[in-house]
Amino acid sequence: MISRFLFTGADRKVFWTIIVLLAVAVLVPALNLLLPTDHPFHVPNQIVSLVGKYLTYAMLALALDLVWGYCGILSLGHGAFFALGGYAMGMYLMRQIGTRGVYGNPVLPDFMVFLDWDRLPWFWYGFDQFWFASLMAIAVPGLLAFAFGWLAFRSRVTGVYLSIITQALTYALLLAFFRNEMGFGGNNGLTDFKDILGFSVQADGTRAALFAASAIALALFLALCLFITDSKLGKVMVAVRDAESRLRFVGYRVEHVKLFAFVVSAMMAGVAGALYVPQVGIINPGEFAPANSIEVVIWAAVGGRGTLVGPILGAIAVNGGKSYFTAAFPEFWLFALGGLFVAVTLFLPKGIVGSISSFRGRMNTQSALRSQKIADMEAAE
Amino acid sequence: MTSEMTHSLLYLDAVNVAFDGFRAINNLSLTIERGEMRAIIGPNGAGKTTMMDIITGKTRPDSGQVYFEGAIDLSRQDEVEIARLGIGRKFQKPTVFESHTVNDNLELALTGTRGVFATLFHRPGAGSDTRINDILDTIRLTARRDELAADLSHGQKQWLEIGMLLAQDPKLLLVDEPVAGMTDAETRETARLLREIASERSVIVVEHDMGFVRELDVKVTVLAEGSVLAEGSLDHVSADENVIESYLGR
Repeated sequence: MISRFLFTGADRKVFWTIIVLLAVAVLVPALNLLLPTDHPFHVPNQIVSLVGKYLTYAMLALALDLVWGYCGILSLGHGAFFALGGYAMGMYLMRQIGTRGVYGNPVLPDFMVFLDWDRLPWFWYGFDQFWFASLMAIAVPGLLAFAFGWLAFRSRVTGVYLSIITQALTYALLLAFFRNEMGFGGNNGLTDFKDILGFSVQADGTRAALFAASAIALALFLALCLFITDSKLGKVMVAVRDAESRLRFVGYRVEHVKLFAFVVSAMMAGVAGALYVPQVGIINPGEFAPANSIEVVIWAAVGGRGTLVGPILGAIAVNGGKSYFTAAFPEFWLFALGGLFVAVTLFLPKGIVGSISSFRGRMNTQSALRSQKIADMEAAE
Repeated sequence: MTSEMTHSLLYLDAVNVAFDGFRAINNLSLTIERGEMRAIIGPNGAGKTTMMDIITGKTRPDSGQVYFEGAIDLSRQDEVEIARLGIGRKFQKPTVFESHTVNDNLELALTGTRGVFATLFHRPGAGSDTRINDILDTIRLTARRDELAADLSHGQKQWLEIGMLLAQDPKLLLVDEPVAGMTDAETRETARLLREIASERSVIVVEHDMGFVRELDVKVTVLAEGSVLAEGSLDHVSADENVIESYLGR
């Protein structure tokens, strides 16, 4: 199994990315915590939290790649699953504030006291437990994806129509979460977090641990995606992308395949959101904005869809660019993002990783042809 | 239940389908025996493709009976169930999985695991390799085994699709215009391939190309306006007044 990973080109890329992620998971926190701040190899705190955030974005892009790159389902609503995972973790973090809130209520979060609520709504029960919140961060996006996918795929909604209803899904959730009566903090969302598992969310050690958790989770998801895409099911998924109706006549239940990929992908997005929230310290309905989900598609397209590694690189590169541009030339960021997307579509339709692979492939064929010619010439002599 | 119905492989009786008032299939009755190869010809709009859609579950008949192996009511099943029962279909336009290799196309079509979790944990056995080798031999694509299906020529894609049908090991094979757009040499090769396949299973071939139908040398059914116009050998049906009129008249 392992040796097979090392032999084929695409698998090798994934394998080395997993190694790099695990190394980063150890090295970055170590260089941040153990070295004095004036040491040349010291990793500053803001870099740890920034890159930690990028890693959760990369997880979201990887999740999208599983459905878009392999199954051909262009979801323009994956931000919804990310945000739901984020809200589940946010609810846990709110319950941890306890009496340290502005109103000092031991059970109710501040915004509920402010709204004059006297009891915790039923759906907030259990969120004082970390394990329960973690479970919900996976289960809620998974269940939503299951219900949505079951209806959409069974009715054979595909292509642009499916993309549009995924946009509608995330937009509907955006509007719902904006309402105070929903009980999720309205437009302010959830913030002012204090502790996670008894450690201060502001502490350097906690930040470093969250960073390491994000890198390790990304590595695990990458391994999971490799396992799925390398299996026969992975081939079936690609066949769904290529010729869905043909596959039905071969005897595969296309809607089950899509549903599986969609649910697994949504659960991965939920975990990404749950790791994102403690690192940025806030979750609000803005995370459901349709534009956010579209940005995820851009990350995956820039990196190269259907390559697993590509969307991860795309997410990190585009967000790195975003952080730089919004600081250096704030008014140009949106132009740069738009220009990048146009440029990738025109010049690198397979994305960065996809283009490198096909360029390498061409070089190999050429060199094979050359050596074949030389062999022919030698034989002729 | 008539004996014709129970003994035949495929039995269609008084089938009707209308699309927005247009009667695509009009009181169609047809019987295919086990091991039989049948050619179906007819002018454009005669209902040939709609008939295939009904047999494979893509279209549901408004009325009439469609029975497989005497007991299975096909009008109650969907495409996937019908495919799993052992009815394979080749489309007019070759549709193969372009970003898979020739080998993987065949592997996906091989009988066996179809469920989501079964395929997730499936590991190909040695038996499947032998079967794929045999099929590659039959469809003459052994040398192109590891190439992407997208890189095959039009004719080779048609053969690969036929190979995928063989891998499904169906009891009944429906083939829609297999030689459209093929060269003469490819057409002859395809006729040979289909005769070879028909030695072990029932085949229905829908075709426009009369030369090809003559080459197949099997019983012919002529469809026109959604029902059977004539049935018999090619010479017999080409002498039929009604057939001449429906092809040349109007």
